[in-house]
Amino acid sequence: MASPLKCDLCSNQATVHLTQIVNNKVHKVDLCESCAQAKGVTDPNGFSLADLLHKDALNPENLTTAARCEQCGFTQADFKKQGRFGCPQCYATFSSLIEPMLDNMHKGTAHTGKVPQKSLERKTLHDRLTELESSLGQAVKTERFEDAARYRDEISQLKQAVEQPKSAC
Amino acid sequence: MTIASLLSTPSELTDTASSKCAIVLMTRIRLARNLAGRSFPGWSREAQRAEVLAVCREALSTTAPMKRSVSTTVADLSDLEKQILVERHLISRELSGSKDGAGVVINKDQTVSVMINEEDHLRIQVLRAGFQLKKAWSVINALDTELEERLDYAYSARLGYLTACPTNLGTAMRASAMMHLPALVISSQMEKVVRAVNQLGMVVRGLFGEGSDASGSIFQISNQTTLGESEEEIIKRLGSVLESIIEHELNARAKLLETDASKLYDKIGRAYGILQNSHLLTSTEAMNLLSLLRLGIDLNVFPEDSRAVIDRLFIEAQPGHIQNVAKHDLESMQRDVLRADKLRAEFAAFAKPTFIINGQN
Ligand SMILES: [Zn+2]
Ligand SMILES: [Zn+2]
Repeated sequence: MASPLKCDLCSNQATVHLTQIVNNKVHKVDLCESCAQAKGVTDPNGFSLADLLHKDALNPENLTTAARCEQCGFTQADFKKQGRFGCPQCYATFSSLIEPMLDNMHKGTAHTGKVPQKSLERKTLHDRLTELESSLGQAVKTERFEDAARYRDEISQLKQAVEQPKSAC
Repeated sequence: MTIASLLSTPSELTDTASSKCAIVLMTRIRLARNLAGRSFPGWSREAQRAEVLAVCREALSTTAPMKRSVSTTVADLSDLEKQILVERHLISRELSGSKDGAGVVINKDQTVSVMINEEDHLRIQVLRAGFQLKKAWSVINALDTELEERLDYAYSARLGYLTACPTNLGTAMRASAMMHLPALVISSQMEKVVRAVNQLGMVVRGLFGEGSDASGSIFQISNQTTLGESEEEIIKRLGSVLESIIEHELNARAKLLETDASKLYDKIGRAYGILQNSHLLTSTEAMNLLSLLRLGIDLNVFPEDSRAVIDRLFIEAQPGHIQNVAKHDLESMQRDVLRADKLRAEFAAFAKPTFIINGQN
């Protein structure tokens, strides 16, 4: 017979064995009596294996990246403490930390729901304007006046498009 | 509109006309949204939070559903007002205890509330009496679209709406229903149901009280995951889980009537007697008694038109609501006296029970 299973959270002998299917994936957890108590596993109303797995996934030993978010100064140590990120940019900064967790946490790893169309159009427009303005600056600097004129036209067209909705009301 | 006048207005849940479904008391959908390029509330300085609060309140004030609404900071609310809003499910306990820069905007009929600077910049919530997942989704979806015209959301094409906690990523949507499941509780089947529902990726919680305390046999069932499925898919899946829980509850009721009708009717009859005659009632006991009377309505012991009274009292027997009527501070013992007084008065004129045993009166 195989040696007795150890508790996933400490190293005592596991006496509580749980199986839960989350998103068609079987998750198994083995716990000792006291960890099971502490995690509320014995109380079926308060217990969700996914919560437990989530906390386990946030275990400090599983953290490997050593970056700091440029936008907000958040570090992975902060994430370890809070289980929350500092700003939206943190998802890019700590992508190697978060990506492996998503699989356990969610049904899939890619968004298939609503898209904020208006927000995105505005952003695309804004990004394009910034790009054109820098191209214009470059063209003027290097005395490529034909290009500069073309950029200027495009910029004024874009700006008109942005302002149109306002003048409509 | 002021917060005081809002609190004295019947809410979606306390309005006597809005009770519609026997087993699903209420449907609720919540969307988490954040502004691009700004730190999440828990990682923001006071000035940043104040800025987000101002930007969000301004954007909300011009949306159609919030034209007639109350917009307030949490700091401007008294402890009692906060408690009443929590009891009406309009703000969370986290928001009521939060630091500077938190706020809430609530529409007049109290079906829409938007918390600002809770865990995320925006927590938009739509609440409906009865089983109305699709209706709630169409309302919240429209409001979210209106807001998105005014605010730049933090969004990633691959991860969806970016939230402070990675467990909310993607749709950032939590859809839930509050269900009355007395027969499953009486026949000790809740544990089994919770396990089955968990396996389907849904979460079950007791509604009143903290944690898993399920006084009144009222449970909240919601989706666990938010990434990898569209909003419509989540709602459809939750809807079919709810349907199957309803079926189990109805079966459990039929079984109890078949095998143990006297025992069940005894519980209902005693609950009726206590509500008419007691002089001290804790809120937990009141919830449990009201729950039995509500079951009595479903079993035709009491007429259907008395359901609205029970659903209203589920909210009005909560500590904050009792305190509010008293207009001065109460010890919990005094609250229990007042609660019993209120319930005696309400039940003095309540319909008499009619018990049908073996098909006869
Ligand atoms: Zn252990
Ligand atoms: Zn960051």
